[in-house]
Amino acid sequence: MVQKLDTLVETASQTAGPYVHIGCMPTYAGNAGAYDVETGAEGPALEGAKGEVIEITGEVLDGMGWALRDVMLECWQADAAGIYPHEEGADPKVTGFARIGADFDTGKFTLRTIKPGAVAARGGGKQAPHISLWLTARGINIGLQTRVYFEDEDNAEDPLLNRIEQAPRRQTLIAKKTGDGTYTFNIVLQGEGETVFLDL
Amino acid sequence: MTDLGPLIPRNRDAHPPAYDTGYKTSVSRSPSWPLLSMESTPSEETGPRFGHSQLGEYDNNLIVNWTRGKELAVGERILVHGRVLDEMGRPVPHTLVEIWQANAGGRYRHKKDVYFAPLDPNFGGCGRTITDENGYYEFLTVRPGAYPWMNRGNDWRPMHIHFSIFGHSFGQRLITQMYFEGDPLIKHCPIIATIKDPKQIEGLVAALDFSHSRPMDFLAYKFDIVLRGRRQTRFENKLEGM
Ligand SMILES: [Fe+3]
Repeated sequence: MVQKLDTLVETASQTAGPYVHIGCMPTYAGNAGAYDVETGAEGPALEGAKGEVIEITGEVLDGMGWALRDVMLECWQADAAGIYPHEEGADPKVTGFARIGADFDTGKFTLRTIKPGAVAARGGGKQAPHISLWLTARGINIGLQTRVYFEDEDNAEDPLLNRIEQAPRRQTLIAKKTGDGTYTFNIVLQGEGETVFLDL
Repeated sequence: MTDLGPLIPRNRDAHPPAYDTGYKTSVSRSPSWPLLSMESTPSEETGPRFGHSQLGEYDNNLIVNWTRGKELAVGERILVHGRVLDEMGRPVPHTLVEIWQANAGGRYRHKKDVYFAPLDPNFGGCGRTITDENGYYEFLTVRPGAYPWMNRGNDWRPMHIHFSIFGHSFGQRLITQMYFEGDPLIKHCPIIATIKDPKQIEGLVAALDFSHSRPMDFLAYKFDIVLRGRRQTRFENKLEGM
């Protein structure tokens, strides 16, 4: 026999289901007023945040290319200087976090924020500017983690992008510039052009 | 920031796989490529923080929060309580816990839910709180009803409460569901059956807890939650190979 470990096992994930908005985005579920201040409703960047204002629009597509109408996304990012909120010197106007619901009719989502700076990598060096995303919906058994990088930034030395063995798949994490401060970023859950999802 | 070490890689066997034909919606919504695994970075090790200033007076009392204390929701009154811990067994203090659930008849207050069971005018169905310094949380609510859903011919969800937990790192993010000890529908539920390890299913079933119930008022159920931990060894901050 062998000694027992004194560590615990992480609680199992379960799907957020179709009504995730009730708990996470009450106004979106049709329940405005449930809370005075909803979690993540004020956006990742408040008025007066330093940096370039950007807007990312996109859809989350299933295995047959159909946009999910019930998906909820959460984002987490650093400020324009690449400092995460609550770390020393962070921009007090950047909360870094937001919740976004896809449109119930079209499946389109929009994220308005400021472009983050390059952030530290573990063990030194830098990661190219990116926004972390976590998405959840009915049919998703455990939340899916991915990242948005930017076409007009230097992504050549990014440790995560370079870890993707099949180089063409790196493109699935890079938002395409469509105009001044506007980008498009679609997330493909399955099939052709499937987004790289992360385990880190 | 003090370096607490990288997040412990997720044990994916503790979780349901993305693809499970028993839960039909997962079929078209599951990635087919393997996930890209890498050691965590500051992007996953940092995370949003939420303060008590964001919480309202009634947020953790679903019996009264929809009416802001004016009326009581219909249903069996229960206290749901427990601790948020990490894999090292350490409490996770000051973290946001959010819940949502159907009312006592099994109906959600959501514009997409059209089940026959009527809405309770005094029940909204969401609540939230922040764990104390010992990782402890509690909610007062009513026991949610079971409800049917479209999957196989006659599938019913056991009574359950949805939980969303943040921890202190974005990489700890977890959404799960709490079930109730003794519910006969647990063993028939295709969503629970996405979890392959019976011990992990057990971990989602809250225990009836008379020690915390209040006579002539409410029953209690205890539900502890374990989030990912961070690895901290004396070798962690040394150069590789040293
Ligand atoms: Fe449910």
